[in-house]
Amino acid sequence: MELNSYQQQAFDYQRPEIEKFGKLNWFFTIFFLCWIAAGGYALYLQIAKGHGVTGMRDNVVWGLFIVNFIFFIGLSYAGAIIAGVLHLLKVPWGKPIVRLAQMMTVISVVVGPVFILLCVGRFDRLHHLFIYPRIQSPMTWDVMAVVTFFAGSVLFLYLALIKDLAVYRDAKLNIPKWKQWLYKFLAIGYRGAASQKRHLIISQNLLAIIMIPLSIIVASILSWIFGMTLRPGWHSTIFGPYFVLGALYSGCGVLIVAMWVYRRMYKLDNYITKKHFVNLGYVMMMLAAGYGYFTFSEYFTGWFGSAKWESEVINKLFSPGEYGWWTLFANAAGILLPILIVAIPATRKVSLITIAAFIMVMALWVKRYLIIIPTLESPALPMQDTRMEYVKYSATWPEWTLTFAGVATFLLFFTLMAKFVTIVPITGLEDPHLQHNNHHEPVAVNEVTQPA
Amino acid sequence: MKEQEDMNDHGRRNFLRNVAIATVATAACGSLNCSCSSKKPAVSEKIKLLSPDGEIVEIDSAYLNHQEHMAIVSKLEAREGIAGKKFVMVVDLARCKNARKCITACQKWHYRPEETEWLTVKLLKDSEKAAPYWFPKQCFHCDNPPCVKVCPVDATFKRNDGLVLIDNERCIGCKFCMAACPYSTRVFNWSEPEVPFDLRNLASNPETNIPARVGTVEKCDFCPDRAREGLLPPCVEACPNGVFYFGDENEDTVTNGEETVSFTQLIKDRAGYRFLEELGTKPRVYYLPPKDRQFPVERGYENLPDNLKDRFKDIMEPEKK
Repeated sequence: MELNSYQQQAFDYQRPEIEKFGKLNWFFTIFFLCWIAAGGYALYLQIAKGHGVTGMRDNVVWGLFIVNFIFFIGLSYAGAIIAGVLHLLKVPWGKPIVRLAQMMTVISVVVGPVFILLCVGRFDRLHHLFIYPRIQSPMTWDVMAVVTFFAGSVLFLYLALIKDLAVYRDAKLNIPKWKQWLYKFLAIGYRGAASQKRHLIISQNLLAIIMIPLSIIVASILSWIFGMTLRPGWHSTIFGPYFVLGALYSGCGVLIVAMWVYRRMYKLDNYITKKHFVNLGYVMMMLAAGYGYFTFSEYFTGWFGSAKWESEVINKLFSPGEYGWWTLFANAAGILLPILIVAIPATRKVSLITIAAFIMVMALWVKRYLIIIPTLESPALPMQDTRMEYVKYSATWPEWTLTFAGVATFLLFFTLMAKFVTIVPITGLEDPHLQHNNHHEPVAVNEVTQPA
Repeated sequence: MKEQEDMNDHGRRNFLRNVAIATVATAACGSLNCSCSSKKPAVSEKIKLLSPDGEIVEIDSAYLNHQEHMAIVSKLEAREGIAGKKFVMVVDLARCKNARKCITACQKWHYRPEETEWLTVKLLKDSEKAAPYWFPKQCFHCDNPPCVKVCPVDATFKRNDGLVLIDNERCIGCKFCMAACPYSTRVFNWSEPEVPFDLRNLASNPETNIPARVGTVEKCDFCPDRAREGLLPPCVEACPNGVFYFGDENEDTVTNGEETVSFTQLIKDRAGYRFLEELGTKPRVYYLPPKDRQFPVERGYENLPDNLKDRFKDIMEPEKK
């Protein structure tokens, strides 16, 4: 594989990261594994004793798990859309962060579905989803959607990796034999021949074109698990687009945070620059505005119409004695904060954008909680139950432990993947100082895009 | 064809096993007298049974105890429904005084623990100035059931006779049906349910759902196993005030055990309605409005134990809140 001097420099710079597994990496890996082990114990309890160990009961049948499911799956869809758009529009500054977006896609589509499985009472019967599938059920749609999306996102990441894998293979890295073999195996004999280039770019373009609408479809299907029921706060036509935008928005935030973490840990300041933060900040700001608009529409119509059942949920969301403060946090920190931080030039800094993104991601998690729990706590008939745990949901320690185990798995995958591939892609990387002339793609691409 | 044979074979084995269990259970009680004499065959015949020692023994069928909750039909038939029937229930709100006999009877029949109510009695107050009334609620067995629509594995299904049942051996416990049911009808087995010893090995059937299974959903089933034997559901039988009328829409007949009336006439005379009609779920349970009540609403509240009183305190004693 031939690299230009800028790419060679980028590779040499990142080379130690995939050759060595430093002390800090070991520390984090073991730390995350401990959390995952704790999660394993909580899972064992849940299987051995039944779902009674969670805070879920007959009214609030889904709790933290489904909140985490929406959250992680959302990140995944966002990653695919961001990476797909950056790829298709050939955004010149996008190259160094595409890999992070794609990694986020694959990792969260692995972690997310685990959480919906945790909602299922009978693990031993999961195969029923495939042997007795019932096509009317939005749950079946979601099974199909997630499986399709998983396959697509793994392929999308892999195709984008092939060129780099060939570079690692040829670089005579100081690494164990199995890793060398793995690079060789995964690079599937890519040598940079014209026909190979052509095939690769066609497949990547096609997949990018597929992944963007696919993300929108699967995010909508996820929303329909809720939207298709008759419950207030869920049964709303805005739910599909609302979830798509929410996914994109929170994913944008996580990408900014991930960029910051790697930039700092791996000292990638030369590649992930302020421009990336500011540009993604603008995207985040626009999405915030859109999400705010959707949220406002949703609440405002519900409140103004004031149908009995609907207003019960709205009242719960806005009364300080119930979820009022959380609603305030979710909307102030989740919508207003990122807009203000990015809009005001004085605060448009890498650190502040990252902090705003981080807080926004937390707020969006809370927002998902506010979508799920208050609705489930508002059945049409009064509960008239004296068992407090049936009336009001409060998550138990096994649920929290499993939640943190999920976050730990997410971070562990990031830690390990960053030891296998360079965070900033090598091939296709261009010197930003040369970008004023518009030749930011090799000739091979032009050949492909022209009709034959 | 082979499958059919396998199934028959399976059914036969289950039957033998269940009968054997029934025999053991009866023997363990030390009595062979039958508690339900009505179901004794008129002409006694010899039946071959597998004894606990593994021997085939012949027993006069007259000495066999009828095992309750043993499904009479196969699982496939249980999905079809009882031919020609269209079950319907009418609940007379004017007669309910929250005696709660229906709940006890239901729980006893289905072996449900005290707190898991398939049938509940709510105290509804439609608006601020409206008078509160007792509102017994089973599964509505909707004709457009939101729960059935969302089940990913066809574990809950709608039958030809109008019933919505659950196959608790297929249910994966995703609880989507519970989230979708607007009437909070369904309950979940959050831990291993307690099942009496002699029922633990019964072959599960959607018509009985005994034994209950951990991690699965269950609900009121309108007792189709009893309907097949011409019996009314226990809630109907147990009600001291004849609140529940159960019957067949095709025959246009409903009965509360004491009086048998025309379904359409009853709905017409008493302005029957369905709860939350606007949701479009088309329930099979009709309510008669609480007009000309037989009891003041307080009758259902005063003598309740404290833990039950707490449920209705908000409405009955709003000043204390």
